[in-house]
Amino acid sequence: MVPFLLKPWPWYVTGPLVGLVAVGLLAIGNKPFGLSANLRHMCAATFPGRVAFFKYDWRGAGLWNLVFVAGVVAGGFVGGVLLANPDPVAITPQAQASLAALGIRDFTGLVPRQWFTWHALLSVRGLLMMVGGGFLVGFGTSWAGGCTSGHGISGLADLQSASLIAVISFFAAGAAASFFLLPLLVPR
Amino acid sequence: MTASPALAPPPAQHRERLLGTYFCMGVLFGIVLTKGELASWFRIQEALRFKGPYLYEVFASALAVAAPGFALLKRRRARALTGEPIVVPPKRLGSGVRYVAGSVLFGLGWALIGACPGPMFALLGAGVGVMSVVWVAALGGTWVYGWLRPSLPH
Repeated sequence: MVPFLLKPWPWYVTGPLVGLVAVGLLAIGNKPFGLSANLRHMCAATFPGRVAFFKYDWRGAGLWNLVFVAGVVAGGFVGGVLLANPDPVAITPQAQASLAALGIRDFTGLVPRQWFTWHALLSVRGLLMMVGGGFLVGFGTSWAGGCTSGHGISGLADLQSASLIAVISFFAAGAAASFFLLPLLVPR
Repeated sequence: MTASPALAPPPAQHRERLLGTYFCMGVLFGIVLTKGELASWFRIQEALRFKGPYLYEVFASALAVAAPGFALLKRRRARALTGEPIVVPPKRLGSGVRYVAGSVLFGLGWALIGACPGPMFALLGAGVGVMSVVWVAALGGTWVYGWLRPSLPH
């Protein structure tokens, strides 16, 4: 593969492309860019139970988005496997030092390989980190009605005050959790 | 395509068009998430620990494109390619509790796994198999929210 294609993109390429995806979805089919809605559609499609929140026409409301997410998985394969960056991530030296203090040794790939393994699920910490983290992401984004894309991009781009509240809240909680909660749950 | 009956079909039978286009947009977004390192655990922690500007630069430049784009589409009362009038549904503020409490819980989970819903799926494609457990847990969280929803403040 051409080495140039394996290089990570700079922010001024990444950011505008994210913006274009959001504008593009709106211009193509009047679709709101937001990923967390898919968690609701998936529940509605597979296991709605007797819960009113999952009783709606998920095909009409969300089929386009589920197809979009299937594309994201495929795109993740292209960008994360076929065009994977072989070098360690170019985070700042301060970030590197801060994460090294958590015990990170290997800075290649998209996630710390030493933690994101099936084996990590066998430890209480690893299980809490992944199952607890995933649960909170699902519960929280559904309650808030959006995530980093729905509130952070679509909502803010539309100057919605609810989204500004959401963004401030999840960044503040994320910062606090990265400093104080993550160190407790790091698999060892 | 055969001609449809004179009566417009109810929305429930609305057949989504352009699914191939949405798939391609998803592929593009998945590549952006991985090559742009928004799906990188390291980049997320760098931002959440205020140790580097990368994620903030990405957000600012994304909004610099999306905000004028949205404004233009709304101002012009433009129609989407599908013919639908373009509407960005407002998020009802209400008491605002859901936006604070829900987002705080989301933020905690975001920091723990270093991935929000989009990157979660991109990482699955990137071969991080254990993300499937995170995904199922996220579905569990969504389901429990749906179940508790009548008794939660919004």
